[in-house]
Amino acid sequence: MAMPFFSPGDDPGPDFAELLRRTSPPSPATQLSTPIDPTLYAHGTTCVAIRYADGVVMAGDRRATSGNWISNRRIEKVFPADRYSGVAIAGAAGPAVEMVRLFQLQLEHYEKVEGSVLSLEGKANQLSQMIRGNLPAALQGMAVVPIFAGYDLNRGDGRLFQFDITGGRYEEADHTATGSGQLHASTVVKLNWKPEMTRDETVDLVLRALWEAADEDSATGGPDLIRKIYPIVATITAEGFVQLDDDELAERFRSLIERLNGSE
Amino acid sequence: MSMPFYVAPEQVMKDRADYARKGIARGRSLVGCTYDDGILLCAENPSQMLHKISEIYDRIAFAGVGKYSEFDQLRIAGVRHADLKGYSFSREDVDARSLANQYAQMLGQIFTHEMKPMEVDILVVEVGRKPVDDQLFHIQYDGLVIDEADFTVLGGDADAVRDRVAASYEPGAALDVALRAAVQALAGSERTLGAGELEVAVLDRNARRRCFRRISRADLAELLTD
Repeated sequence: MAMPFFSPGDDPGPDFAELLRRTSPPSPATQLSTPIDPTLYAHGTTCVAIRYADGVVMAGDRRATSGNWISNRRIEKVFPADRYSGVAIAGAAGPAVEMVRLFQLQLEHYEKVEGSVLSLEGKANQLSQMIRGNLPAALQGMAVVPIFAGYDLNRGDGRLFQFDITGGRYEEADHTATGSGQLHASTVVKLNWKPEMTRDETVDLVLRALWEAADEDSATGGPDLIRKIYPIVATITAEGFVQLDDDELAERFRSLIERLNGSE
Repeated sequence: MSMPFYVAPEQVMKDRADYARKGIARGRSLVGCTYDDGILLCAENPSQMLHKISEIYDRIAFAGVGKYSEFDQLRIAGVRHADLKGYSFSREDVDARSLANQYAQMLGQIFTHEMKPMEVDILVVEVGRKPVDDQLFHIQYDGLVIDEADFTVLGGDADAVRDRVAASYEPGAALDVALRAAVQALAGSERTLGAGELEVAVLDRNARRRCFRRISRADLAELLTD
């Protein structure tokens, strides 16, 4: 692998995706002419993000499906994008995970080349361009629809962005969801959300939303108490991206199940 | 038709080397050394914006002396090389040795084939999981690679500074001890250097992923006065 060296007028600057285009051939996914049978590849599903007093909580279930098969029980759909932001994905798992990898690298590459960090809005725009680049694949059925959330250090506040397959970027004020269980998850969040929630209240709400989505949508996985597989939940605040450990989630699910038992 | 004068290749190489060496000696020096929890890079640099020391990858850092625009171009090429390699293979597969070889080839090529050699001396360092795995590669303007043990000095009056570092260097010292020794060696006996004239960064062996950390001038002042 040769060291990339460009003449001044031809330099790709801090853009890693552009550097990649200059140095490697395009991926086969963009050259397909017929749709692929959706039972042949994995889909990731429900993710939720909620703004609260200190920042944002992001969460995603762990199931990937190919048609009516469960293709993976432990897939991760919530990732740190950099220190103060995170990305949650739904849609075709292969292109989505690849997009996250490229997005993480894009942010780090910019930071190293430029010596400064992109603004939160700048990061959201970068993701938007990547989704737009995936549009030909999305039209073949391999859509990727992420949520981007982060803590805006300039404003001192959490912010949420949702996207569509064309790369459309829409900022949400309070909460957003994506994936096949999004309708059920959103309804739970919508009915219970209130301004300035605490971390504990928000984490409980996000788990309840995923629980109800898993109850109604076969492509969304609930907590797997036997295999000890729980959703990925992370908070993004002034302290950065912090993922919650499984012990805390197990305890919260236990009390959620107790509450549901008592009320039914 | 006029014929160019014949100049012996030895003379051409010597002239280019002299030119590059003069440019590098004009600047200030930079010290790189290992300490108990990583690698310390310390440069005399009054500018807070034009860095001589930078991050390349998770465990790899870059330092350059000489002409800023030239070593910065090399720095960016290194970041690109490392990020592309980590993306194609895995983050673990990015190493300082292969990066140093790439730099050596590029500098050697420019030294022999271009009109003007690059007026730079660069340092590529990688912090290991254990102290024995720490690596310091010093690459010169003509592409010569030197694999240094423990410490190295680049730029300015490098020989004098190297002698002073050699006299005070203790393997496995704590960060503040190593830093004070490096600053003393940069300053010499007749001056003292304050936090405002220094640029300092470390590769912290115990960091989770990205080991590179700049030491702010406030923290630096504290470390120097302890």
